[in-house]
Amino acid sequence: MALSEDEVRHVARLARLALTDDEVVALAPQLSDILGYAEQVGEVAADEVVATTHPFALADVTRPDERAPSLSRDEVLAGAPAVEQDRFAVPRIVAEEG
Amino acid sequence: MTDPTQATAVELATALSAGEVSAREVVDAHLERIAAVDGIVAHGDVWNAKPAEELTPDQPHAFLAVTAAAARAHADDVDARRAAGEPLGPLAGVPLALKDVLTMRGAPTTCGSRMLEGWEPPYDATVTERLRAADVVVLGKTNMDEFAMGSSTENSAFGGTRNPWDLDRVPGGSSGGSASAVAGLLAPLAIGTDTGGSIRQPAALTGLVGVKPTYGTMSRYGLVAFASSLDQAGPFARTVEDAARLQSVTWGHDPRDATSVPGEVPDLLAGLQDGVAGLKVGVVRELQGEGYEPGVELVFAAALERLAGLGAEIVEVSLPHASYGLPAYYLIAPSEASSNLARFDGVRYGLRVDAPTAEEMNAATRAAGFGPEVKRRIMIGTHALSSGYYDAYYLQASKVRTLIAEDFRSAFEQVDVLVSPTSPSVAFRFGDKTADPLAMYRNDVATVPASLAGIPALSLPAGLAAAPDDPTTSLPVGLQLMAPLKRDDLMYRAAWAFEQATGFAALPTGPRAVSRSVTTQEVR
Repeated sequence: MALSEDEVRHVARLARLALTDDEVVALAPQLSDILGYAEQVGEVAADEVVATTHPFALADVTRPDERAPSLSRDEVLAGAPAVEQDRFAVPRIVAEEG
Repeated sequence: MTDPTQATAVELATALSAGEVSAREVVDAHLERIAAVDGIVAHGDVWNAKPAEELTPDQPHAFLAVTAAAARAHADDVDARRAAGEPLGPLAGVPLALKDVLTMRGAPTTCGSRMLEGWEPPYDATVTERLRAADVVVLGKTNMDEFAMGSSTENSAFGGTRNPWDLDRVPGGSSGGSASAVAGLLAPLAIGTDTGGSIRQPAALTGLVGVKPTYGTMSRYGLVAFASSLDQAGPFARTVEDAARLQSVTWGHDPRDATSVPGEVPDLLAGLQDGVAGLKVGVVRELQGEGYEPGVELVFAAALERLAGLGAEIVEVSLPHASYGLPAYYLIAPSEASSNLARFDGVRYGLRVDAPTAEEMNAATRAAGFGPEVKRRIMIGTHALSSGYYDAYYLQASKVRTLIAEDFRSAFEQVDVLVSPTSPSVAFRFGDKTADPLAMYRNDVATVPASLAGIPALSLPAGLAAAPDDPTTSLPVGLQLMAPLKRDDLMYRAAWAFEQATGFAALPTGPRAVSRSVTTQEVR
């Protein structure tokens, strides 16, 4: 299928990618080409086939419920771009009440 | 021992245990060669690669970071314990290059991306831990296509890696740094990762043995995820036995990886030298012909004759859905990538570009941190998983995946192992395929079917072919061997017999090959 530039912008919003106009213009035909090629999978009659997600079909993998050492808070926060009061800091998500 | 950098891992291990050379001498010899040829600033505890614009055309740029001080300390520790008579593992003191997608404390893990530039992981991957437990000495972290997305290592944010056989050509990818390090005598062993061929294709293009073990047998704990249902770490080496020994010390069940396969893994060494007489070898009809270079086809035909000469029975088999492998892969892998890479949101690690709202911060960070190929795959995957398209794309591709796995199961009822060329082409020049993403994706045509089925697959050198664009340059061609799930041992056995009969010396030759001597002045 051919993807329009508007559709590319929509997908970019879903993917949280702030694309430039030049990137959108370049991506529209590239993504259309790749998806056009990938659409060949539709030629295969597979209605009754079960989808594969893992070659060994593992399910409900659990471990014994035992205490084990984990990373300290400082080790986890050390790689974060912004930290406040021992927490990951992010821009305000919920607006202040007026 | 005259020059440890030219020895295989088994030769080094033998010399180390006989006391002919110390682990420190072996590590120092490799560090000296890296410092001399690779484009590294050899300074401090962790040596960093030069910025891409400062690299010269004779520098392979295999390593992004070299953990020199830690490697020397580990080598000294191995020597001290050996002197004290402690029992050591079979590869103790042998150096290794680790792909920069596996975490290791004490150095950055970048995945070849600006997104993670400078990020130091707070924990070791299971593979890293097992290497340490086996006293394999990690020299440093190797270059790669950004987040392992690519087939040439040209997608690294830190500049491409060069092929030691011809420094004007790519080493393949995405594990191109690991391949270049081993082929260029910067390390006897390396670990790479393979999602759709990212170990096997660079091994083929650099004249090495490269292995994607059975899915679920190499722990993914600490392997930064690209496509979780396909990603698998594995060895690079200059000989089949070296690769088997490296896989032996790193694989096996890991409770920290929920996709890890429970139970024992086979012994890769016990039957290694049993030969191929009486083995049935299936030639995959769909993985040859159109799209494969004539030079590759000639070497492949000669490889089949060699296998027949060794007593293998060669039969043609069909994998009817194999031709749908590539389109299915380029829906499944980007879909999983778009989900996995959502974690790079500017909050917990890596880059952040500030913006007034959280969503704008996320989008600006990801726009600045990801390169073009990663953005392209995230876009394909996001579209393929989006409402209205999921059934036709991701779900349909996952069903085709089932049919491909069933094709392999039927084939393995008729034959013991399957063979094909590893890559449709020999090493190509920088920039040859970067303008057309689909042309680059077609490099993976022979490797993705085994990835989708989860079966083990290995590439080993089958011979040399002239480059199509330069008849004066001969470049390596890889033979791919595939075996049933958890029969990695059978694949290694066939590979060992083929290797002995082929006598391929995994040392780069040719007018533009990397110099085998250590000093920079003598390169080229």
